[in-house]
Amino acid sequence: MREDGMREFFSKYFKLRKREAAIMVKKAKVSKMCYAFLAPYAILFAMFFVYPVVASIYYSFTYYNILQPPRFLGLQNYVSLILEDDVFLTSVKNTLMIAVITGPLGYIMSFLFAWLINELPRWVRSIAVIVFYAPSIAGNCYVIFSVFFRGDAYGYVNAALQNLGIIDTPILWFMNPQYMLPVCMLVILWMSLGTGFLSFVAGLQGVDKSQFEAGYMDGVKNRWQELWYITLPNMKPMLMFGAVMSITQAFGVADVTIALCGNPSTDYAASTIVTHLIDYGSQRFEMGYACAIATILFLMMILCNKLIQNLLRRVGT
Amino acid sequence: MKKKEKVVKEKEYRKPLVKRRKPNRSIIGDILLYLFLLFVAIVMAFPIIYAVSSALKPLDELFKFPPRIFPQNPTFDNFSDLFVTMGKSWVTFSRYLFNTVWITFAGTFGHLVIASMAAFVLAKYDFPGGQTFFKVITVAMMFTGYVTQIPNYLILNRLGWIDTYWAIIIPAFASPMGLFLMKQFMEGLPTSLIEAAKIDGANEWRVFWTIVMPNVKPAWMTLIIFSVQGLWNNRASTYIYSEERKTLVYALQQIQAGGIARTGQGAAVLVVVMIVPIVIFVLSESQILETMASSGLKD
Repeated sequence: MREDGMREFFSKYFKLRKREAAIMVKKAKVSKMCYAFLAPYAILFAMFFVYPVVASIYYSFTYYNILQPPRFLGLQNYVSLILEDDVFLTSVKNTLMIAVITGPLGYIMSFLFAWLINELPRWVRSIAVIVFYAPSIAGNCYVIFSVFFRGDAYGYVNAALQNLGIIDTPILWFMNPQYMLPVCMLVILWMSLGTGFLSFVAGLQGVDKSQFEAGYMDGVKNRWQELWYITLPNMKPMLMFGAVMSITQAFGVADVTIALCGNPSTDYAASTIVTHLIDYGSQRFEMGYACAIATILFLMMILCNKLIQNLLRRVGT
Repeated sequence: MKKKEKVVKEKEYRKPLVKRRKPNRSIIGDILLYLFLLFVAIVMAFPIIYAVSSALKPLDELFKFPPRIFPQNPTFDNFSDLFVTMGKSWVTFSRYLFNTVWITFAGTFGHLVIASMAAFVLAKYDFPGGQTFFKVITVAMMFTGYVTQIPNYLILNRLGWIDTYWAIIIPAFASPMGLFLMKQFMEGLPTSLIEAAKIDGANEWRVFWTIVMPNVKPAWMTLIIFSVQGLWNNRASTYIYSEERKTLVYALQQIQAGGIARTGQGAAVLVVVMIVPIVIFVLSESQILETMASSGLKD
């Protein structure tokens, strides 16, 4: 009896699927024009974004140095990454540290400042947007921090700390493992008001004003209540977008640490997953190994994105 | 119509500074918050101001201790020195400039056209695979260039594009960020506009060029600035190794790395590199913000 039921269920299921597929094909035939419009982008996108990720996963199971054809290794690369490569573990730790601290902090900063400047008069607001956004598009302006944090007594920070009597010998900010990461994080935070910030500024302008008025009537007492009950729920789509942007930024950190601490940095104290990837990919030409690093990074980013989206769904409830 | 609206807005907005305050705000809170904002703004702007002012310092002031924030005798010597150095390099300055301008222009133009075409059908038509494709795009926004660099090199190598401009230009066409913003913005366009044009006998191609594209100009600007930012700062050193095809930023950063004697020129380089994206942003800010208003990700 039960088997019969199962069979019936499956046959029905497949019939339905078939019908759906037939409808899809028909629809696709009707909308040929759509595919024609999509094709140029889709082909390039597949070539330069989808294929590289797939290829990268494939190469991660091989030994590959570009000159010789790839040799299949199975999980060997991953095993040695996790069990034998101390530098990789340091890099993962550093990346997670940077991501956990600068990611949420930068995200909150982006929203907070966007929200605070929202009520300013228009011209002040547009200047404020430029001031806050400029660091993230200022090319490699972050190297200026190496002047502030110079390792000798001529650096601003060292000089200031010495004058205050807090330290008596200058601190080697970019060579002392104790300080490298915090200083880099500071610089990353300085640059963190990026695309997400713009999205927030624009989104806040678009929130329906009548909702605030309804809020006064219903007894929203101060700006914080207004923020939680009215503004944030309205901003959910922008918050999602901003989250994607800050994850990308937080996990992709490399340029700043390379510019300030060098690659490889002293004692690998400032190496991140991406600098490790650059080390193996562009300097040692162990492509298979580098691809394994890239795959792990990619998985981490997707997982993190899922997690944050689930969290954001609860905002304002 | 539009002009009238603008005038009204401006009038309304001079008066209310005090009058139309929200009823649930405390004055002390406002003042404290604005002071805090001012403080943060100064901190944020300081490194950039410092970079600009040190580019204007003559050499003796650059090494002065204690260092001053603002130059006492501002000069443009560092910039003119920079041009002299560039002029003496093996490949001329104008060649580097041409490379960067050509890469930026071609990459941005192609990206704008191709991404807008795709965005148009994704936003306005319902066809099998469209939604899935868009989801893939949103995931792809998270890729950093480094993750795809190795396989990209292999593909470009097979196409024979290594050490040509195409190695930078063509991949830039497919940047997911531009497509995403364009599609979100186009969704705000009334569908009736497109339908009306179709009833009048225009085919899709004409609808796209004469109805849709002129109506999404703010989004063009946004695509352009994101694309220019990416391409202008592209050092292109992975895919291009002939000196005469390298970009301006690469050449400038070589000078910057020239050690202590080049400190002044290095500061000038910082300013030259950062000024272009910032100026473009300042000029197009309102249009960019208009586009970003529709950037939200719905689930």
